[in-house]
Amino acid sequence: MTAHDLVQQLVYGLSVGATYALIALGYTMVYGTLRLINFAHGDVYMVGAVVGFYLATWMAERGTAVWLMLLVVFAGATLACSVLGYGIERFAYRPLRNRPRLVLLITAIGVSLLLENTFQLKWVFGPTPQYYPQAIKSALLQPVGVLGLTRLDVMSLFLSLALVGLLTWIVLATRTGLALRAVSFRFDTATLMGINTDRIISFTFVFGSGLAAVAGVLNAIRYQVEPLMGIMWGLKAFIAAVLGGIGSVPGALLGGLLLGIVETLLRGVLLPQEYTGYADAAAFVILILILLIKPSGLLGRAAKEKV
Amino acid sequence: MTTLSDLPSSRVLPAWAINLILLGLIAALWPVNRLLADQINPYVVQVLILVGINVILATSLNLINGITGQFSLGHAGFMAVGAYTTGVLVNYLAAQGRLEGHEWLALLLFLPLGGLVAAGMGLIVGIPTLRLTGDYLAIATLGFGEIIRIIITNTQSIGPFEVRGSQGLRVPVISDFFWTFAWVVVCVVCVWRIAHSTKGKAFLAVREDEIAAAAMGVNTTAYKVLAFVIGAFFAGVAGGLQATYFFLIDPKGFGFMESVTIVVMVVLGGSGSITGVILAAILLTWLPEQLRSLQALHVEDYRMVVYSLLLIVMMLVRPEGLLGRRELWWTRKRLAPAAQGGSAVSLPPANPPA
Amino acid sequence: MRRTLGWALAAVVMIGAGCKQPTQSGSEIVLGEYASLTGQTASFGQSSHEGLMLALEEINAQGGVLGKKIRVITEDDGSDASQAVNVVQKLVNADGVAAVIGEVASKRSLAGGGVCEQYRCPMLSPASTNPDVTVENGKVKPYVFRICFTDTFQGRIDGKFGLEQGWKNVAMMTNVDEDYSKGLSDSFRKAFAAGGGRIVAQESYSGDTKDFKSQLSRIKDKNPDAVYVPGYYNEIGLILPQARQVGLSVPFFGGDGWDSPQTVKLPEARGAFYSDHFSPEDPRPEVQHFVQAYRAKYGGRTPDAMAVLGYDAMRVVADAITRAGKADRQAITDALAQTKDFPGASGTITIDAEHNARKPIVILQIKNDAAALYKTYPPE
Repeated sequence: MTAHDLVQQLVYGLSVGATYALIALGYTMVYGTLRLINFAHGDVYMVGAVVGFYLATWMAERGTAVWLMLLVVFAGATLACSVLGYGIERFAYRPLRNRPRLVLLITAIGVSLLLENTFQLKWVFGPTPQYYPQAIKSALLQPVGVLGLTRLDVMSLFLSLALVGLLTWIVLATRTGLALRAVSFRFDTATLMGINTDRIISFTFVFGSGLAAVAGVLNAIRYQVEPLMGIMWGLKAFIAAVLGGIGSVPGALLGGLLLGIVETLLRGVLLPQEYTGYADAAAFVILILILLIKPSGLLGRAAKEKV
Repeated sequence: MTTLSDLPSSRVLPAWAINLILLGLIAALWPVNRLLADQINPYVVQVLILVGINVILATSLNLINGITGQFSLGHAGFMAVGAYTTGVLVNYLAAQGRLEGHEWLALLLFLPLGGLVAAGMGLIVGIPTLRLTGDYLAIATLGFGEIIRIIITNTQSIGPFEVRGSQGLRVPVISDFFWTFAWVVVCVVCVWRIAHSTKGKAFLAVREDEIAAAAMGVNTTAYKVLAFVIGAFFAGVAGGLQATYFFLIDPKGFGFMESVTIVVMVVLGGSGSITGVILAAILLTWLPEQLRSLQALHVEDYRMVVYSLLLIVMMLVRPEGLLGRRELWWTRKRLAPAAQGGSAVSLPPANPPA
Repeated sequence: MRRTLGWALAAVVMIGAGCKQPTQSGSEIVLGEYASLTGQTASFGQSSHEGLMLALEEINAQGGVLGKKIRVITEDDGSDASQAVNVVQKLVNADGVAAVIGEVASKRSLAGGGVCEQYRCPMLSPASTNPDVTVENGKVKPYVFRICFTDTFQGRIDGKFGLEQGWKNVAMMTNVDEDYSKGLSDSFRKAFAAGGGRIVAQESYSGDTKDFKSQLSRIKDKNPDAVYVPGYYNEIGLILPQARQVGLSVPFFGGDGWDSPQTVKLPEARGAFYSDHFSPEDPRPEVQHFVQAYRAKYGGRTPDAMAVLGYDAMRVVADAITRAGKADRQAITDALAQTKDFPGASGTITIDAEHNARKPIVILQIKNDAAALYKTYPPE
């Protein structure tokens, strides 16, 4: 193993981690405000990939230029997922907001199952994996010349950094962000202070789902689209959020990138080749270690339980 | 606000009488078993056995989730441990040619052994993770469940014992209605007596308010771990029953989705209500089977869509589950004095003040 | 009131299910199919189901068998082995089917086959390739058959093919979650090593893996002559493009799991080889008829290996019933065992003493959006 290989593995890890980070942001924002593990988030990511797939295929048949296709695919998927995220919160979660959290969690699992099973139906999408049109794939999977990086890798790193930046700016510098921080700090008090908590929560779902859609399209171009793609990826993104400190925006980025790097290094460098099957357990081992050692995560604030 | 002594308890019969009834029930299963084997369609018997296994799983998880209030999403992991312990041993005996004629002995020994290994695993998992609360506990148990599954997937053999990892392990069919329902009786009675004993109040206290319970001198960690270990034991037994009846065990059958299915039974039945959870386990095993007979409508494609829709609607319409925290025969009146202003016992809301 | 109602409902549900009677009647022959229509491997189950339904339609359009129409009861096992046992129990004992067709995955065929053995009902698996499906501890299972070759045979042929291509050093990638992939790997490794070849890398991955670049770049460091990937097509669709990205440009080859309209469309797959049951371009009339009928019924899609095997499984069972002269389980079992030179779309099918199909294996090479016939190996 040369230094060049090691750097290359690190780079692969970063670009995988960037998409973890994008999804992790959605988990983190929702958990920050509602204290809910939104199990359906991974499936929103899948829906983004599917919507993008239909748009891209439709345009590819008409010979649209690649840059226009990409623009429409990202915009369309983001829009569709934002609407979906809003709908899920409005119709499935909001009526249950004052119920025990367990009830909310089960509902989230129900929504997740509903999306997975609906998209497995032949006339919706079907269970067979599909690929984005070759025009997009070959344009984006071209190497940029260094370290085996492709344009897509560069793009996903850039996009996740930019979107994390945007989100940080919103949280720190806008009125909505101020309200968001208030809501996640103390929900009831925020309501008393005249903050429209419904609107803030809707915002977290809309924005988080939009980010998931971007990740969905990126991964679908890189890999493939299928109705169950959100289960494992969603779970790992959630682990990334916990690793970085759930509720923390930079934490989600850090957690995502770290998890991506660890997984890639385990597969490519650390584990002997017969044992790479165990690499999937790595994320869960990390999850349990972090929960035991520092449950608040790397960048999270430790929450004291009050009587 | 409800105090614990207001909650109905069932100290109607002395302990020895209950034990006697228990033995009587198990003995009564024997002739039923013969009858079923001869007279009833094997498919119906099999669905009954499936119901039995699910009742054990749901009841044991109810002890952790419903009664002690600790949210575990890793029950299938413990089930897998039990299934593989029992399955691997039975398979080993069969390969040695020493199983024939000793099936009942194998079941008598290996089912509880599978349970004990699962309980041991429950102890190992429980002690560190039960310091966590709520969602964190849920995802930690989920993580453990997945790790157990991945380890089994990648294990070919342990010493002389074949595991066969991802290929799935074939196990001779030696279990039947009798064994399954004997364990159903044991499991339900155990959990019932735990929940309604004096010690049982401590479990409920942990659920209702952990800090207050600790202040009252309840060793909350010990009770949480105890609930976890007992729950894991019965999950392990259920796994063993499944292994010795369904021809083949496959690590994929013990994934996250299986855990979710069990949780859904508990929540749907009403967390904490033992009879409610049993009812939900029966319904959720039986109903999907009934949906199968609607072939002409091509529901085979929509079965899972309908299932998930029902789950969401159920949560929206009746989030406390079928029976809430009542038992089947408790009247509304019996809970009424306790239930001032809504639910019987105050539940923590979705957004507790941080 | 509400409680009484609940009890009444529960009682009705239970009684309703308890009274189910076998449905074999005078006017039709009822067969059962179990498949993974949902869950992790739903694409395989749906494909074989489509092929089966096409064959069923054709058979019934020609008047059925023995003057009766065939009805197939399809059950979904959700890609789960214990569900497979459950639904086969239902088919065999509640629906009283004359024969069972299924499953694609070997694990579920092993599980469902147990029920069929117990109740002496013939079962024909379209695509389960694990040797244990039909033979257990050296004993042939009397009621279980398959119309595909085994992993052992296919892996051996793949090894032979690799040697004949002049490849000395081959790297392997195995999906450790799938017995199919493991079975092919084991058999390939033995055959290839026995013929003097060298396995220079044995990488593994799991069914959830999406990113293979780590494994692929390690393989690249070993400079193999070719890479053997006995995986499923959804994995191949990820592995081949990523191999090009890490600069690994040696030939890839694999087994029938590759077969899919999507694999051949991959530009990165050009030049790759895989062994398979049939070639859609085969000019034999059975193949051409099937491919066209399938396209007509399913919106112009090209059938994959699962579809052709599902199609053939249905026809082989219908043929066995015709030869048996009655829809009796034992008679169908005996007739299935005697299946000889059946002109299937997936090749000429003869059931051997071990209840496996003796069929030729074809090696296909992917060229310009299609898989071209490269070589044929006769059955051993």
